Amino acid sequence: MTDNDPIALNSRTHAQSGISRSSNRLFFVTKNKDVDSIVVRLAGDSGDGIQLMGSQFAVSTALTGADFATFPDYPAEIRAPVGTTFGVSAYQINLGGGSITTPGDTPDVLVAFNPAALKVSLPLLHKGALVIVNNDAFTPRNLTKAGYDVDPRVSGALNDYQVVAADISHLNLEAVKEFGLSKSEGSRCKNFWALGLLLWMFDREFDSVEAWINRRLAEEPTLRDANIKALHAGHAFGETAELTASLSQIHVPAAQLEAGEYRGITGAEALALGIAAAGELADRSVLLCSYPITPASPLLHQLSRLGELGVGTFQAEDEIAAICAAIGASYGGMIGVTSSSGPGIALKTEAMGLAVSAELPLVIVNWQRGGPSTGLPTKTEQSDLYQAVYGRNADTPIPVICASTSGECFEMAIEAVRIALRHMTPVILLADGYLSNAAEPWRIPDMSAVAPIEANAVPESDEDPQRRAFSRSQKSLGRPWVTPGMPGLMHRVGGLEKDIESGHISYDPANHQSMTDLRAAKVRSVADFIPAQELESGPDSGDLVVVGWGSTYGPIFQAASTTGTSFVHLRYLNPLPKNLGELLGRFDKILVPEMNTGQLSTLLRDKLGVDPVSFAKVSGQPFLISELVEKIESLKGKTS
Amino acid sequence: MSDKLTAKDFATSQEVRWCPGCGDYAVLKAVTKALADVGAVPEQTAFVSGIGCASRFPYYIETYGFHTIHGRAPAIATGLKLANPELDVWVVTGDGDGLSIGANHLMHALRRNVGLKILLFNNEIYGLTKGQYSPTSRVGTKSPSSPRGSVDNPISPGQFALGAGAKFFARGIDTDKVGMSDVLQQAHAFRGTSLVEIFQNCIVYNENVFADFTERKNAANTQLHLKHGEPMLFGENNDKGIAYNPDTWSLGVIDATKAPDDVLVHDEGNAVVARLLIDLHLPVALGVIYRQPSVSFEDSFYAHHPSRMKRTKSITDFIRGPSSWTVSD
Repeated sequence: MTDNDPIALNSRTHAQSGISRSSNRLFFVTKNKDVDSIVVRLAGDSGDGIQLMGSQFAVSTALTGADFATFPDYPAEIRAPVGTTFGVSAYQINLGGGSITTPGDTPDVLVAFNPAALKVSLPLLHKGALVIVNNDAFTPRNLTKAGYDVDPRVSGALNDYQVVAADISHLNLEAVKEFGLSKSEGSRCKNFWALGLLLWMFDREFDSVEAWINRRLAEEPTLRDANIKALHAGHAFGETAELTASLSQIHVPAAQLEAGEYRGITGAEALALGIAAAGELADRSVLLCSYPITPASPLLHQLSRLGELGVGTFQAEDEIAAICAAIGASYGGMIGVTSSSGPGIALKTEAMGLAVSAELPLVIVNWQRGGPSTGLPTKTEQSDLYQAVYGRNADTPIPVICASTSGECFEMAIEAVRIALRHMTPVILLADGYLSNAAEPWRIPDMSAVAPIEANAVPESDEDPQRRAFSRSQKSLGRPWVTPGMPGLMHRVGGLEKDIESGHISYDPANHQSMTDLRAAKVRSVADFIPAQELESGPDSGDLVVVGWGSTYGPIFQAASTTGTSFVHLRYLNPLPKNLGELLGRFDKILVPEMNTGQLSTLLRDKLGVDPVSFAKVSGQPFLISELVEKIESLKGKTS
Repeated sequence: MSDKLTAKDFATSQEVRWCPGCGDYAVLKAVTKALADVGAVPEQTAFVSGIGCASRFPYYIETYGFHTIHGRAPAIATGLKLANPELDVWVVTGDGDGLSIGANHLMHALRRNVGLKILLFNNEIYGLTKGQYSPTSRVGTKSPSSPRGSVDNPISPGQFALGAGAKFFARGIDTDKVGMSDVLQQAHAFRGTSLVEIFQNCIVYNENVFADFTERKNAANTQLHLKHGEPMLFGENNDKGIAYNPDTWSLGVIDATKAPDDVLVHDEGNAVVARLLIDLHLPVALGVIYRQPSVSFEDSFYAHHPSRMKRTKSITDFIRGPSSWTVSD
């Protein structure tokens, strides 16, 4: 193979790989994988436009009706040094006709823009995968940077794979030459060139991608036209006679999804829409107050575009100001929301106590990431559960809920607002970095079927306003939402302990005991309003139940289904559903897989007195179905 | 509406718990009087405070009140003002609350020009925690945490404010009824952040720290009460004036009877002179030192919002995203 030869296929791959080929289709059959699904991984330098290419590919996939799940996997550096392994940005998408709940364990198709991307991604692939590499990037310098002594294209390192080595940079520049762009501007079109090739391979339409380019680059017609040209050129390249000989178009059948109207959605998009929907359901405006932090910022960006839904965004000077402004907004009668990631949440802690003490509604979204400290900002983790449930000074209980999938961020955001207004309390909504960026098809809900959110009314009485402002509902212990501007209800709130009846400052010892008990009872009462815990799948009693929470839903669901194991997935973490103890009690063993060192295991031990087996993983990567299956099988094997 | 409210109508039933003789009593009186004088509507008025002696203020005013956490009052008040821009929002803070733990929020409220009236009670000491030196304490201040005298340079509230882009900075003395009344009314009328530094005497931990210019018997010679468009005169018979010294690029005191034309005329919009006035000592400049009308943050925020924070569309208009597809049975 030479650099002048755009296509070089390794002829050894097919027999070894288990790829079965029918007339116009490639099915990749691997262990523990969704049938009829294909995992595609795009990898390159941070500046190669990988995330953009991936998300556009996801949109075009959604429009064909295939189910999918995505996993953007990018470095913390905005533009890490080019050509290095630590600067590799990747986007993985699992698409197919079956039920897709994870971005896939092992990619079937890899597009590697440079040697470093190949080096990092190759160990993830299963044998026989299709590897598309950009020849032009395989320079001696780049090979050295990636740590290759010998060019992997000639060393035999790719013998087990089906390789398409194309001069992507060169072909792209040729395609856009007519637009007179500088070399760097022209080079930046190459992600669309590669996307064009991919769209051809998967038999996708151009329309959605072209529409996006037209929208995004409306003001820069030359760049717009060049990118569209690159897209077409990549597609045409796929269509050329030389290629069809060795590559078939890959068709992924439409998924067996429940009937309804669907769209593709990321967790950040779903959560933003959920917050806005909650505002509509409560008939209140919403103010999101936030400070930029990875991976929470997408929510700020999303909500800043939903103004016409009565949503405003305030970019505060720091994390503390962000939660404080949200508290101020809630005090003023808007739904105050703040959003951050672990380190930022830590800074907000004192102010959460103020909202608890003042009995004000507030939603705190935590997009968890790897820690401690700055940790792994762009990698996902579930290690802020202790922080959410236990992590405040004094006895300061706060309801904690979480979202399992990108789409579920929508309904859990509504749920967070509902709890906040009903109980007049801050609510922590746990999501994570994976959910923030991962896209999946989402059935658009019928909003007319969603119950309105009611705030507690101010009681009619002749009592003094201070007392009326703190007259609490017997069921939810939530007080009325009295806001400045309401005539005749002037009162004082604050962080000092107050009398349980009159609402005035009180240092009385017995009263402090009563107020502490009341705050605990209020959070406990949330359990009176939430649904009973149900099994996701599997028999309702037996030797083993797997218990998960948050974004591990997809891999656990697949692993539990594969092995026929009972599966319980929690959305409510504090308080836990009332029937959870009874439900888990029907099983001999409880397995808790989570992306931390066993925090839910501790919580279940604390609250329910059970003794789960923890399966903890903190690699910054989501669980693989295969490793969960292995763990489940090993535990089952031990049960006699 | 009922008859015009008086200062007494703005007092709550709560027992005031400052130390006897504390300057805060005088400020409370001045504020309730100012509220009555400007015709403030109690339910449309909110006092937000942080932590410290001064921050007990909201409990004693018959309006809405929020006693928050240390240093964060400007941030909470910003959220409140955005939620309801019609409210008169006052912030009560101190030198520790506003210029130490909460300096960041004060700075950003000022540069944004949020419609807040911020009263900064400066007593150059931490009172509530029993007398440690504060960020405005002078070098050498002896306190429980600095028994041999503090070594930190103090911050100047006025220079801090102007550096942060403040559009309104004024000063008053706790016990100066006339001066405080005027300053509070001017602050109330300003659209944007009005920062008022109040020289407040802590009778327990830092008594008479401002005595060199606050004592009545010598006030005429130590206080410069500024009025926009009027010459900067002071002294028993207004015989002294403030003039610019081009050799030292600073302000100095001259005999106004000998060179009346050299006496500067106060121009509130002049930020350069404002900075010189802030540093002037004996006399100390009081009243509105700097005022530069500008658009407030909340006005800009609402003007830039596509629907002025109102819901003009439904979630069902947005929920489909850029593209959707239908799956049939």
